[in-house]
Amino acid sequence: MATAEGEQHPLGIYYKIWGLLFVLSAFSYAVDYFEVQGAMRWALVLFFMVMKAGFITAFFMHVVWERMALVLTILGPPVVLLLLIGLMAVEGAYIEETRFNYRGHDRNAVALGPDDLHHDETHHGEENAH
Amino acid sequence: MSDAATGEISQEGMESLVDDFSSDRQAYHVPWGKAMMWIFLVSDTFIFSCFLVGYLHARVTTTQPWPPQSEIFALSFGGDPIPLILIAIMTFVLITSSGTMAMAVNYGYRGDKVKTFWLICVTAVFGATFVGMQMFEWSKLIAEGVRPWTNPFGATQFGSVFFMVTGFHGLHVTGGVIYLIWVALRVRRGHYDNKGFEIVEIVGLYWHFVDLVWVFIFAFFYLL
Repeated sequence: MATAEGEQHPLGIYYKIWGLLFVLSAFSYAVDYFEVQGAMRWALVLFFMVMKAGFITAFFMHVVWERMALVLTILGPPVVLLLLIGLMAVEGAYIEETRFNYRGHDRNAVALGPDDLHHDETHHGEENAH
Repeated sequence: MSDAATGEISQEGMESLVDDFSSDRQAYHVPWGKAMMWIFLVSDTFIFSCFLVGYLHARVTTTQPWPPQSEIFALSFGGDPIPLILIAIMTFVLITSSGTMAMAVNYGYRGDKVKTFWLICVTAVFGATFVGMQMFEWSKLIAEGVRPWTNPFGATQFGSVFFMVTGFHGLHVTGGVIYLIWVALRVRRGHYDNKGFEIVEIVGLYWHFVDLVWVFIFAFFYLL
């Protein structure tokens, strides 16, 4: 087995990746904290997500040091998920449209936050359970 | 089956299938336990992906507005509520545990049993902390009236997605903590002294995977 010497790496690389993951997580939290919205929010959140996932898989899970056969077994199959995501997004958008157009759902409904509900101090969650 | 001595392979039926796929060759040059863990993790990827794609579909199709996660997961420490703070702390806890796990794997291969044992224990403690904070999060939302079938904030589907996705992830973390403790105790007892310390890398793969799944849940469920 090649493992005994194959998985021995200097600790420095783990510290660097660890630090990077902290910084990237802080950045993704900052996106929410500073209320970045719209396309910019999507772009930043997805970018930080892909970077973090990549660093964890590549270095913490040792994929960069594995042989091609194992790497392709790990990373190949999940690629088909992109097709599933694409199909469900298109189909979902179509269903939403039919609900607006034929079922009379309100296009301009507004979400409530906890603040909108807590004015009434007698409100308790348990009453809603049925 | 092929006759090892002559190298003959069968020409038909189940035996030919087995011969063609085995052919006395090894595809993955890693310990079998590690290859099996990877195959399990690839299949687990599909389970979590199905949940997240199901969430995408529920969120796209619903005509009720999606609840504002940033406000719902806000927490106040005396002053104004800080948006999403608990989830951010949970993220940092899990990343820290991934770091200690990576170091445990490293010290395992160096044969440093004491450091490996303690680093795995620290990882397990961070994992348990994460689950504890998740229980706090669940109780808070349940107290506010969030149920798998209803919630006071907006789209009904929010409750079912929240409990399903974070619940299944929490179950993975809990299982991981138990697995970690089991491996840590066996490391200390000297169970792997002759066998080699691949097991630490295998449990590490599982642990990093749990962290990896959280990266996606954090982005798609809490931030977007």
